[in-house]
Amino acid sequence: MSLDLVANVVIAGVLTGLVYGLMALGLSVIFGVVRVVNFAHGEMMTVAMYAATLLFGALKLDPFLAMLPVAAAFFVLGYALQKGLINPFITRPEHSQFMLLVALAIILVNGLLLVFGPDARNVQVDYQLESFELGRILVDKARLYAAGAAVVTAAGLFLFFRRTLTGKAIRACADNHLGAKVVGLNVKHLYALTFGLGSVCLAVAGCAMVVLVDVTPGLGPYYTLLAFVIVIVGGLGSMAGALLGGVLIGASEALAGLFIVPSAKSMFSFGLLILVLLFRPQGLLGKRP
Amino acid sequence: MKREFTYLGILVILLVAFPAVAGAYALSVATLILYFAYTGQAWNVMMGFAGQLSLGHSIYVGVAAYAAGAMFYHWGIGPWAGLWVAIALCVALGLAIGFLAFRFGISGVYFALLTIAFAEFTRIGFDHLDWLGGPGGMFLKVAQRDSIDLLNFRGPPVMYYYAMLALAASAFIACFLLLKSKAGYYWQAIRENEEAAQALGINVFRWKMLAMAISSGMTAIAGVFFAFYYNNLFPEQIFNISRSIEIILGPVIGGVGTLFGPILGAAVLTLLSDGITEALAALGWEIPGIKQVFYGVVLLAVVMFLPNGIWPALARRLGLNRDLGR
Repeated sequence: MSLDLVANVVIAGVLTGLVYGLMALGLSVIFGVVRVVNFAHGEMMTVAMYAATLLFGALKLDPFLAMLPVAAAFFVLGYALQKGLINPFITRPEHSQFMLLVALAIILVNGLLLVFGPDARNVQVDYQLESFELGRILVDKARLYAAGAAVVTAAGLFLFFRRTLTGKAIRACADNHLGAKVVGLNVKHLYALTFGLGSVCLAVAGCAMVVLVDVTPGLGPYYTLLAFVIVIVGGLGSMAGALLGGVLIGASEALAGLFIVPSAKSMFSFGLLILVLLFRPQGLLGKRP
Repeated sequence: MKREFTYLGILVILLVAFPAVAGAYALSVATLILYFAYTGQAWNVMMGFAGQLSLGHSIYVGVAAYAAGAMFYHWGIGPWAGLWVAIALCVALGLAIGFLAFRFGISGVYFALLTIAFAEFTRIGFDHLDWLGGPGGMFLKVAQRDSIDLLNFRGPPVMYYYAMLALAASAFIACFLLLKSKAGYYWQAIRENEEAAQALGINVFRWKMLAMAISSGMTAIAGVFFAFYYNNLFPEQIFNISRSIEIILGPVIGGVGTLFGPILGAAVLTLLSDGITEALAALGWEIPGIKQVFYGVVLLAVVMFLPNGIWPALARRLGLNRDLGR
C-alpha cells in the first residue's frame, strides 16, 4: 500500500467529512439553542437530496446552483416545523420530543419511498469524473466543490451568529432561556429561526452530497446516526466541533474502509463515539454543561 | 382499587380463553401484542420508573437471542440452559453500559445517544462474526408445529402464545411489586429530581444500576423467546434502531411510568399497524411506504394530543385510578 494511496484516501475522506460536518452543524445549532435533538435530521437531508435530483432532472439545474432555491425552501420549512410542531414540545420530557421527531422521520422516509420508489437516484454532471492533480495527489473536482460549499456555508453561519444582532439574540436564548425572555426577546420566533438555519445547513449539505453519492430513501436513518456521532465527538452545541467531528469521522471512515473491511467502517465511528462519551462526554470542543 | 382488580381479572380470563376462539392469524397478532407489552414493561423499568432514557434496548434482545440461539445451533443445548446464559450476558452488558454512563455522569440525551451507539456498534460487530452467521443470518432448526416439546421450546403457535402471556403477566406483577418496594420509591425520587434524591442520601448510582440490571435481564428473556419463535436471526434486523423504537413506542403511546400503559400501547400499536395494512389492502392501495406514512401520522397525532399517553386519558374516562401503580 503506497503512501500516495493513503494520502489520496485521507484527502477524499476529509473533503467528504466537511460535508458531513455541515450536516452535523445543523443538528448542533438546533440542539445548542432549542435543546431538542432532531431525530429526523438525516431524513430531512435526504429530502434535500431528492429535491436536488428533481431540479436537475426537470431543469438541468446544477446541484451547486440548486442549493439556493432548496436552501430557501428548507429555511421556510424548518421555520414552520419549529413554530408549528416542535415549539409546543420544548417543555415536555425528552422521550416525548423523541417520539415526535421519530414519527416525523418515519413519515419522511416512507413518504420518499412512496413518491420516488426504492431505486437509487443520482445526478450526472461532467465534473464528477474530473480531478485536480497536485503532484501525485488527485483531488476529485466534485468533492472539492462540495467541501467548498460546506465551508462557505459554515463560515456564513458563524459570521451570522457572531456579528448580527439576531445572531447574538439567538445565542442569548441558548445561554439563558429565562433571561432572554426577561429582556423581551421573542424566544419562540428565535427558536424557529434557528431551526430554519439548521435546515439551511441540511439543504446545502444535501445538494452537495448528491453529487458524491446516489440517494435512496433508506439513507436517512444512516445520516441521522452519522450526524449524532459527529456532534457528540465534536461537542454537542459547538459549531467548530461539528466541523472537526465531521472531518475526523470522514477521514477515519475512509481509512477504515481502506485498511479493514469497508462494511465495518461505521463500527470505527461508533467505537470512537463511545470512547469520546466516556472520557470527554462534552465532546472534543464542547464546554461542560 | 377494587374496580381495577375486577377489570384486571376479566382481562386475564379473556386472554386465557382467547386461543379457543381465535384463528391462527389472530393468535399470532395477540402473541406479538404480548411480546411488545412485555418488552415495553421491561423498558419502562428504566425510563418510566428510574427516568433513564434508553434508546438501544434492541441490544439486549439481540445479544440474548444470539446467545441462546448459538448454543442451540452449535451445541444443541436447549433454551432453558441458554436462557440463563442470555440473562447473565445481558445483565453484565447492561451493568457495563450503566457503569460507564453513570460513573461519568452521563444522563438525559447523552445517555440516550450512548445506548444507541452501543446497539449500533454491536449490530455492525455481529455482522462480521462468521460464527454466528454474519449478515447472512443464523437459522435455527424449524419448529415442530404439531407436538409440544417443552424441553426445546418447540410447539404449535398456541404454546408460544401462552408462554408470552405468562411472561407479560409475570412482568406486570413484578413491576407492580417493584413500584411498591423500596427500590421503586427510590427510582421515582431519582426520576423526579436526581439531585434532590442524592441530597436525601439515596445512592443514586446503585439504584440506577439496579434498574439497568432488571431491565436488561427482563429484555433478555424476550430475546430468547424471539430466537425460538422466529427461528431466524439477522443482525441487520434484530439490532436495528427501529427495533429499539418499537420497544419504546408501546409504553410511550400507552403512558410512561404506568403499569397498564405498555400493555395498552402495545395492543393499540399492533392493531393499528395491522388495521392499516388490511384497510389499504381492501382499498387496493398497496404501494410500498404508504402504510408507514399512515402509522407515522397517527403516532404524531397521539404524541401531540395525548402527551401523557392513552392510558391516563382512558383511565380518567373509566373512572379508574389513573396512577395505578405509579
